[in-house]
Amino acid sequence: MNTSAQHHDAEGARLGMWLFLLSELLLFGGLFVLFAVYLQRYPDQFIAGGKQLSLAFGAGNTALLLTSSLTVALALEALRRNRYRLCQWLLGSTIGAALWFLVNKGLEWHAKFEHDLYPGSVTLRQAPPGHDTFFGLYYLTTGLHGLHVIIGGVILAWVLCLVRQGRITGTSPTILENSALYWHLVDVIWIFIFPLYYLLL
Amino acid sequence: MPDDTRHTGAMRQLIATWGLLLCLTAATVGISRIDLGAGNIWAALGIATGKAALVIFFFMHLKEEGRVIKISLLVALATLATFIGLTFFDVLYR
Repeated sequence: MNTSAQHHDAEGARLGMWLFLLSELLLFGGLFVLFAVYLQRYPDQFIAGGKQLSLAFGAGNTALLLTSSLTVALALEALRRNRYRLCQWLLGSTIGAALWFLVNKGLEWHAKFEHDLYPGSVTLRQAPPGHDTFFGLYYLTTGLHGLHVIIGGVILAWVLCLVRQGRITGTSPTILENSALYWHLVDVIWIFIFPLYYLLL
Repeated sequence: MPDDTRHTGAMRQLIATWGLLLCLTAATVGISRIDLGAGNIWAALGIATGKAALVIFFFMHLKEEGRVIKISLLVALATLATFIGLTFFDVLYR
Protein backbone atom coordinates (compact mmCIF):
# COMPACT_ATOMS: atom_id res chain seq x y z
CA MET A 1 0.00 0.00 0.00
CA ASN A 2 2.61 2.55 1.14
CA THR A 3 6.35 2.51 0.88
CA SER A 4 8.04 0.90 3.84
CA ALA A 5 9.35 4.20 5.26
CA GLN A 6 5.88 5.83 5.21
CA HIS A 7 4.35 2.71 6.69
CA HIS A 8 6.68 2.74 9.70
CA ASP A 9 6.14 6.45 10.24
CA ALA A 10 2.34 6.05 10.29
CA GLU A 11 2.60 3.16 12.72
CA GLY A 12 4.87 5.17 15.03
CA ALA A 13 2.40 8.08 14.99
CA ARG A 14 -0.45 5.74 15.87
CA LEU A 15 1.54 4.15 18.68
CA GLY A 16 2.23 7.62 20.12
CA MET A 17 -1.49 8.42 19.97
CA TRP A 18 -2.42 5.14 21.66
CA LEU A 19 0.06 5.79 24.49
CA PHE A 20 -1.50 9.22 25.04
CA LEU A 21 -4.99 7.67 25.02
CA LEU A 22 -3.90 5.08 27.61
CA SER A 23 -2.76 7.89 29.91
CA GLU A 24 -6.21 9.47 29.45
CA LEU A 25 -7.75 6.13 30.40
CA LEU A 26 -5.79 6.17 33.67
CA LEU A 27 -6.87 9.79 34.34
CA PHE A 28 -10.56 8.90 34.03
CA GLY A 29 -9.84 5.59 35.80
CA GLY A 30 -8.95 7.63 38.89
CA LEU A 31 -12.37 9.32 38.80
CA PHE A 32 -14.11 5.96 38.40
CA VAL A 33 -12.21 4.61 41.42
CA LEU A 34 -13.44 7.59 43.46
CA PHE A 35 -16.98 6.87 42.25
CA ALA A 36 -16.71 3.18 43.23
CA VAL A 37 -15.30 3.93 46.69
CA TYR A 38 -17.97 6.53 47.51
CA LEU A 39 -20.73 4.37 46.02
CA GLN A 40 -19.67 1.67 48.46
CA ARG A 41 -19.67 4.17 51.34
CA TYR A 42 -22.91 6.04 50.50
CA PRO A 43 -25.01 3.63 48.39
CA ASP A 44 -28.40 5.18 49.25
CA GLN A 45 -27.32 8.77 48.57
CA PHE A 46 -25.71 7.77 45.27
CA ILE A 47 -28.86 5.96 44.13
CA ALA A 48 -30.98 8.98 45.16
CA GLY A 49 -28.57 11.27 43.27
CA GLY A 50 -28.66 9.06 40.16
CA LYS A 51 -32.45 9.22 40.14
CA GLN A 52 -32.27 13.03 39.99
CA LEU A 53 -30.33 12.88 36.70
CA SER A 54 -32.31 12.92 33.46
CA LEU A 55 -32.38 9.49 31.77
CA ALA A 56 -33.58 11.11 28.53
CA PHE A 57 -30.53 13.41 28.36
CA GLY A 58 -28.17 10.59 29.35
CA ALA A 59 -29.53 8.06 26.85
CA GLY A 60 -29.90 10.67 24.11
CA ASN A 61 -26.31 11.81 24.53
CA THR A 62 -25.14 8.17 24.51
CA ALA A 63 -26.86 7.59 21.15
CA LEU A 64 -25.39 10.87 19.83
CA LEU A 65 -21.81 9.95 20.78
CA LEU A 66 -22.13 6.41 19.41
CA THR A 67 -23.44 7.81 16.12
CA SER A 68 -20.66 10.41 15.96
CA SER A 69 -18.12 7.61 16.52
CA LEU A 70 -19.64 5.82 13.52
CA THR A 71 -19.53 8.94 11.31
CA VAL A 72 -15.87 9.67 12.12
CA ALA A 73 -14.94 6.01 11.45
CA LEU A 74 -16.83 6.20 8.12
CA ALA A 75 -15.09 9.53 7.34
CA LEU A 76 -11.72 7.77 7.62
CA GLU A 77 -12.97 4.94 5.40
CA ALA A 78 -14.24 7.49 2.83
CA LEU A 79 -10.84 9.25 2.91
CA ARG A 80 -9.07 5.97 2.23
CA ARG A 81 -11.31 5.52 -0.84
CA ASN A 82 -10.47 9.09 -1.93
CA ARG A 83 -14.12 10.12 -1.61
CA TYR A 84 -13.37 13.57 -0.25
CA ARG A 85 -16.89 15.07 -0.48
CA LEU A 86 -18.31 12.18 1.52
CA CYS A 87 -15.45 12.43 4.02
CA GLN A 88 -16.10 16.15 4.57
CA TRP A 89 -19.82 15.58 4.97
CA LEU A 90 -19.22 12.83 7.54
CA LEU A 91 -16.73 14.97 9.47
CA GLY A 92 -19.27 17.81 9.48
CA SER A 93 -21.88 15.44 10.92
CA THR A 94 -19.47 14.35 13.64
CA ILE A 95 -18.80 17.97 14.61
CA GLY A 96 -22.57 18.63 14.56
CA ALA A 97 -23.13 15.71 16.93
CA ALA A 98 -20.39 17.06 19.24
CA LEU A 99 -22.12 20.46 19.35
CA TRP A 100 -25.51 18.85 19.94
CA PHE A 101 -24.01 16.79 22.79
CA LEU A 102 -22.66 19.98 24.40
CA VAL A 103 -25.99 21.80 24.03
CA ASN A 104 -27.73 18.86 25.76
CA LYS A 105 -25.10 18.88 28.50
CA GLY A 106 -25.58 22.62 28.95
CA LEU A 107 -29.38 22.26 29.22
CA GLU A 108 -28.94 19.41 31.67
CA TRP A 109 -26.53 21.35 33.89
CA HIS A 110 -28.79 24.40 33.67
CA ALA A 111 -31.77 22.37 34.93
CA LYS A 112 -29.65 21.07 37.83
CA PHE A 113 -28.60 24.61 38.75
CA GLU A 114 -32.27 25.68 38.68
CA HIS A 115 -33.00 22.92 41.19
CA ASP A 116 -30.19 24.24 43.41
CA LEU A 117 -28.06 21.14 42.77
CA TYR A 118 -24.48 22.31 42.32
CA PRO A 119 -21.34 22.07 44.47
CA GLY A 120 -21.80 24.22 47.56
CA SER A 121 -25.50 24.91 46.96
CA VAL A 122 -27.79 25.32 50.00
CA THR A 123 -29.79 22.17 49.16
CA LEU A 124 -26.65 20.03 48.91
CA ARG A 125 -25.10 21.48 52.08
CA GLN A 126 -28.23 20.58 54.03
CA ALA A 127 -28.60 17.13 52.44
CA PRO A 128 -27.14 14.04 54.19
CA PRO A 129 -23.42 13.43 53.55
CA GLY A 130 -22.83 11.55 50.33
CA HIS A 131 -25.41 13.46 48.35
CA ASP A 132 -23.02 16.36 47.74
CA THR A 133 -20.25 13.82 47.00
CA PHE A 134 -22.38 12.33 44.22
CA PHE A 135 -23.01 15.71 42.61
CA GLY A 136 -19.40 16.82 43.11
CA LEU A 137 -18.19 13.74 41.25
CA TYR A 138 -20.93 14.13 38.63
CA TYR A 139 -19.84 17.68 37.79
CA LEU A 140 -16.14 16.79 37.88
CA THR A 141 -16.47 13.70 35.67
CA THR A 142 -18.98 15.05 33.13
CA GLY A 143 -17.15 18.40 33.13
CA LEU A 144 -13.79 16.79 32.34
CA HIS A 145 -15.50 14.62 29.72
CA GLY A 146 -17.26 17.69 28.27
CA LEU A 147 -13.86 19.43 28.02
CA HIS A 148 -12.66 16.43 25.99
CA VAL A 149 -15.72 16.77 23.73
CA ILE A 150 -14.87 20.46 23.15
CA ILE A 151 -11.21 19.65 22.38
CA GLY A 152 -12.25 16.75 20.10
CA GLY A 153 -14.74 18.96 18.25
CA VAL A 154 -12.13 21.70 17.70
CA ILE A 155 -9.58 19.14 16.45
CA LEU A 156 -12.12 17.60 14.06
CA ALA A 157 -13.02 21.07 12.71
CA TRP A 158 -9.29 21.65 12.06
CA VAL A 159 -9.09 18.23 10.34
CA LEU A 160 -12.09 19.16 8.17
CA CYS A 161 -10.22 22.31 7.03
CA LEU A 162 -7.11 20.25 6.23
CA VAL A 163 -9.17 17.76 4.18
CA ARG A 164 -10.73 20.69 2.30
CA GLN A 165 -7.29 22.12 1.54
CA GLY A 166 -6.13 18.72 0.33
CA ARG A 167 -3.51 18.46 3.08
CA ILE A 168 -5.02 15.23 4.41
CA THR A 169 -5.48 12.68 1.63
CA GLY A 170 -6.10 8.98 1.13
CA THR A 171 -2.34 8.39 1.04
CA SER A 172 -1.59 10.58 4.10
CA PRO A 173 -4.50 9.97 6.50
CA THR A 174 -2.48 9.97 9.77
CA ILE A 175 -3.92 13.20 11.23
CA LEU A 176 -7.50 12.05 10.62
CA GLU A 177 -6.65 8.56 11.93
CA ASN A 178 -5.28 9.93 15.20
CA SER A 179 -8.08 12.49 15.65
CA ALA A 180 -10.63 9.73 15.09
CA LEU A 181 -8.86 7.60 17.73
CA TYR A 182 -9.17 10.50 20.21
CA TRP A 183 -12.86 10.92 19.38
CA HIS A 184 -13.52 7.18 19.91
CA LEU A 185 -11.83 7.37 23.32
CA VAL A 186 -14.20 10.19 24.33
CA ASP A 187 -17.01 7.80 23.33
CA VAL A 188 -15.53 4.87 25.33
CA ILE A 189 -15.34 7.02 28.48
CA TRP A 190 -18.97 8.11 28.09
CA ILE A 191 -19.97 4.43 27.67
CA PHE A 192 -18.88 3.96 31.32
CA ILE A 193 -20.16 7.30 32.65
CA PHE A 194 -23.70 6.71 31.37
CA PRO A 195 -24.65 3.49 33.26
CA LEU A 196 -22.75 4.44 36.43
CA TYR A 197 -24.25 7.90 36.88
CA TYR A 198 -27.63 7.67 35.14
CA LEU A 199 -28.76 4.08 35.62
CA LEU A 200 -28.19 3.33 39.33
CA LEU A 201 -31.17 1.61 40.91
CA MET B 1 -12.28 -3.85 -8.12
CA PRO B 2 -11.27 -6.06 -5.18
CA ASP B 3 -10.03 -3.03 -3.20
CA ASP B 4 -13.40 -1.31 -3.50
CA THR B 5 -15.29 -4.38 -2.27
CA ARG B 6 -13.00 -4.57 0.74
CA HIS B 7 -13.81 -0.95 1.58
CA THR B 8 -17.57 -1.44 1.13
CA GLY B 9 -17.30 -4.44 3.45
CA ALA B 10 -15.41 -2.27 5.96
CA MET B 11 -18.20 0.35 5.90
CA ARG B 12 -20.87 -2.32 6.37
CA GLN B 13 -18.94 -3.70 9.33
CA LEU B 14 -18.77 -0.24 10.93
CA ILE B 15 -22.52 0.30 10.49
CA ALA B 16 -23.26 -3.17 11.94
CA THR B 17 -21.05 -2.34 14.96
CA TRP B 18 -23.01 0.89 15.48
CA GLY B 19 -26.33 -1.02 15.33
CA LEU B 20 -25.07 -3.48 17.93
CA LEU B 21 -23.88 -0.60 20.16
CA LEU B 22 -27.35 1.02 20.06
CA CYS B 23 -29.00 -2.33 20.89
CA LEU B 24 -26.65 -2.77 23.87
CA THR B 25 -27.49 0.77 25.04
CA ALA B 26 -31.21 -0.11 24.96
CA ALA B 27 -30.41 -3.36 26.81
CA THR B 28 -28.48 -1.61 29.58
CA VAL B 29 -31.34 0.90 30.10
CA GLY B 30 -33.88 -1.98 30.13
CA ILE B 31 -31.90 -4.10 32.62
CA SER B 32 -31.38 -1.09 34.92
CA ARG B 33 -35.20 -0.86 35.37
CA ILE B 34 -35.32 -4.43 36.77
CA ASP B 35 -34.27 -4.88 40.41
CA LEU B 36 -31.41 -7.38 40.50
CA GLY B 37 -29.83 -6.09 43.71
CA ALA B 38 -26.04 -6.02 43.36
CA GLY B 39 -26.53 -7.70 39.98
CA ASN B 40 -27.54 -4.36 38.46
CA ILE B 41 -24.14 -2.72 38.79
CA TRP B 42 -22.35 -5.84 37.46
CA ALA B 43 -24.74 -6.10 34.50
CA ALA B 44 -24.21 -2.38 33.76
CA LEU B 45 -20.40 -2.76 33.95
CA GLY B 46 -20.49 -5.95 31.87
CA ILE B 47 -22.50 -4.36 29.06
CA ALA B 48 -20.35 -1.20 29.19
CA THR B 49 -17.19 -3.33 28.88
CA GLY B 50 -18.71 -5.15 25.89
CA LYS B 51 -19.60 -1.83 24.23
CA ALA B 52 -16.13 -0.42 24.90
CA ALA B 53 -14.59 -3.57 23.38
CA LEU B 54 -16.71 -3.14 20.23
CA VAL B 55 -15.58 0.50 19.87
CA ILE B 56 -11.93 -0.37 20.51
CA PHE B 57 -11.78 -3.42 18.21
CA PHE B 58 -13.87 -2.17 15.27
CA PHE B 59 -14.06 1.65 15.33
CA MET B 60 -10.49 2.08 16.60
CA HIS B 61 -9.26 -0.82 14.43
CA LEU B 62 -7.38 -2.52 17.26
CA LYS B 63 -7.91 -5.89 15.57
CA GLU B 64 -5.69 -4.71 12.69
CA GLU B 65 -2.97 -3.24 14.92
CA GLY B 66 0.38 -4.83 15.66
CA ARG B 67 1.46 -6.51 18.87
CA VAL B 68 3.01 -3.39 20.48
CA ILE B 69 -0.27 -1.46 20.67
CA LYS B 70 -2.24 -4.50 21.84
CA ILE B 71 0.27 -5.24 24.63
CA SER B 72 0.34 -1.55 25.66
CA LEU B 73 -3.45 -1.58 26.04
CA LEU B 74 -3.29 -4.77 28.11
CA VAL B 75 -0.60 -3.28 30.37
CA ALA B 76 -2.69 -0.11 30.88
CA LEU B 77 -5.81 -2.14 31.71
CA ALA B 78 -3.82 -4.39 34.08
CA THR B 79 -2.42 -1.27 35.80
CA LEU B 80 -5.93 0.13 36.18
CA ALA B 81 -7.24 -3.19 37.53
CA THR B 82 -4.37 -3.38 40.07
CA PHE B 83 -5.02 0.22 41.08
CA ILE B 84 -8.75 -0.47 41.60
CA GLY B 85 -8.06 -3.77 43.37
CA LEU B 86 -5.53 -2.29 45.81
CA THR B 87 -7.84 0.68 46.52
CA PHE B 88 -10.62 -1.69 47.54
CA PHE B 89 -8.22 -3.83 49.55
CA ASP B 90 -7.45 -0.65 51.52
CA VAL B 91 -11.01 0.75 51.74
CA LEU B 92 -12.81 -2.47 52.65
CA TYR B 93 -10.38 -3.66 55.35
CA ARG B 94 -9.51 -0.31 56.91
